[in-house]
Amino acid sequence: MDDVRLDTLGQTIVGALPGAALAHEVAFGQLTIAVETSKIVEVAQFLRDDPRCRFVNFTDATAVDYPGREKRFDVVYHLMSPTLNTRIRLKGLASETTQVPSIISVFPGADWFEREAYDLYGVIFVGHPDMRRLLTDYGFDGHPLRKDFPLTGFVEVRYDDQEKRVVYEPVRLNQEFRKFDFLSPWEGADYPVLPGDEKAEVKP
Amino acid sequence: MTEQPNVRNFTINFGPQHPAAHGVLRLVLELDGEVVERVDPHIGLLHRGTEKLIEQKTYLQAIPYFDRLDYVAPMNQEHAFCLAAEKLLGVTVPRRGQLIRVLYSEIGRILSHLLNITTQAMDVGALTPPLWGFEEREKLMVFYERASGSRMHAAFFRIGGVHQDLPPKLINDIDAWCDAFPQVLDDLETLLTGNRIFKQRNVDIGVVSLEDAWKWGFSGVMVRGSGAAWDLRKSQPYECYAEMDFDVPIGKNGDCYDRYCIRVEEMRQSTKIMKQCIAKMRAPDGQGAVAVEDNKIFPPRRGEMKRSMESLIHHFKLYTEGFRVPEGEVYAAVEAPKGEFGVYLVSDGSNKPYKCKIRAPGFAHLQAMDFMCRGHLLADVSAILGSLDIVFGEVDR
Repeated sequence: MDDVRLDTLGQTIVGALPGAALAHEVAFGQLTIAVETSKIVEVAQFLRDDPRCRFVNFTDATAVDYPGREKRFDVVYHLMSPTLNTRIRLKGLASETTQVPSIISVFPGADWFEREAYDLYGVIFVGHPDMRRLLTDYGFDGHPLRKDFPLTGFVEVRYDDQEKRVVYEPVRLNQEFRKFDFLSPWEGADYPVLPGDEKAEVKP
Repeated sequence: MTEQPNVRNFTINFGPQHPAAHGVLRLVLELDGEVVERVDPHIGLLHRGTEKLIEQKTYLQAIPYFDRLDYVAPMNQEHAFCLAAEKLLGVTVPRRGQLIRVLYSEIGRILSHLLNITTQAMDVGALTPPLWGFEEREKLMVFYERASGSRMHAAFFRIGGVHQDLPPKLINDIDAWCDAFPQVLDDLETLLTGNRIFKQRNVDIGVVSLEDAWKWGFSGVMVRGSGAAWDLRKSQPYECYAEMDFDVPIGKNGDCYDRYCIRVEEMRQSTKIMKQCIAKMRAPDGQGAVAVEDNKIFPPRRGEMKRSMESLIHHFKLYTEGFRVPEGEVYAAVEAPKGEFGVYLVSDGSNKPYKCKIRAPGFAHLQAMDFMCRGHLLADVSAILGSLDIVFGEVDR
């Protein structure tokens, strides 16, 4: 679908769902709809059942973390319409305490994707029948994909030969994790005044 | 007469070290006699935090992680990531680079399907198919090695093209392999397609309706088995798939046997695509560069670095800082052997991805185990699991 038709589709969706679908945007040939997080089920239902949309295929659900914002998470859904042969992205805002309605009643395939978003980001989904951690260890603490979670984590495991079991210990690094700072931009640094440069401006 | 015996459901653990679990899957099965009442897959035993690691690495350093997702068809995964980054950067891969990518994606498809149909046959009791299939896989992995230096973890697709051109001898050898392979497939089919036991174990097992398949987030062979003529290579063509002539096989019943038949036919179609790629690569318009000329994205050749100071600087900058990708977000998907493999890439304009969500087909398929297995017999669980085509590298990420 070209950008013009995507734009029309976006207008149709935003027009049909006042208060639930807030705005639309076409970028890189892909349609994004900003949605009111509490009304996500309504939007998903509409997109699946409306004859103009028929986004019947659930593709993906995830979150993106922006720790600087008050509502730090973008909850992102991707749906696909085999009829229109196009994809759509739904984006809602959520904070650590926002209760995001689960869309599992509309798309049963959202099950594990929501569990994963809860596990890795700590987004809370309500109405999900089986909200357990999915990918991390049994009894894991924290949400690893948050930007403030360290890459190395907090605990490490090893098999203890004396105790004959796997033990958990605080992570111990022999070398500090190296994080390089690439402040100098590719085009060349935008230096402040270099010693001697000030003379160039001085009129004799 | 006699008192009611104490009947209770039986809960068993399937895996994580079960040969039919295709890796480290732990299934908690609730059985009523031999009938499966509930399936609870526990995954994450192979979780390596790929998405977190990618956020800490430059775009170039992220590519090898994709080899380690679905490790039976590594280059198809790299492809999705490269497409996503290229979409953000707005670069187009030169034609020869596209042809090499398509050629190796199809090799990956055959690698994956060969592994899947033969091990699925092993799950239902046949031993010979894996032995025959793995011989061909070995030859294909040699082609991987001759192109990239590595049998599996190739890191051959780079943003902007592929790492190197293929030597002519390699192209000739792939061509010769394509001529011989259909015969091997025919032989393999004599073992399975008409086999009474294989059919008894697969026909009408794990039936999925098309509506359910869409809703559960299925893709690839799993929707084609249920009757949708849906293939991203045809419907949303990327690279030069639009000019390739191939058919998309679809099933009618949505059972394990249909999915097997589709995979076999897809391997024939892949061979056909590979032959076309080779013919196009030999044509005059198929010559030329394999990657974009822009040295701000793709590093210069080694030889140039010895002579040109600028190339040396480019090389140094690319392998330390990497390149910056414009701000934005894209979702790019490829038709990987197992289904739609997508990458949702968010860039904040720096040299590292802000967020890279990997949408693995196996993840969406495995979550439907409960839905597909309910009411089936215990022995069907391994047949269904086999036909889902699960590889834990990509499910657990």
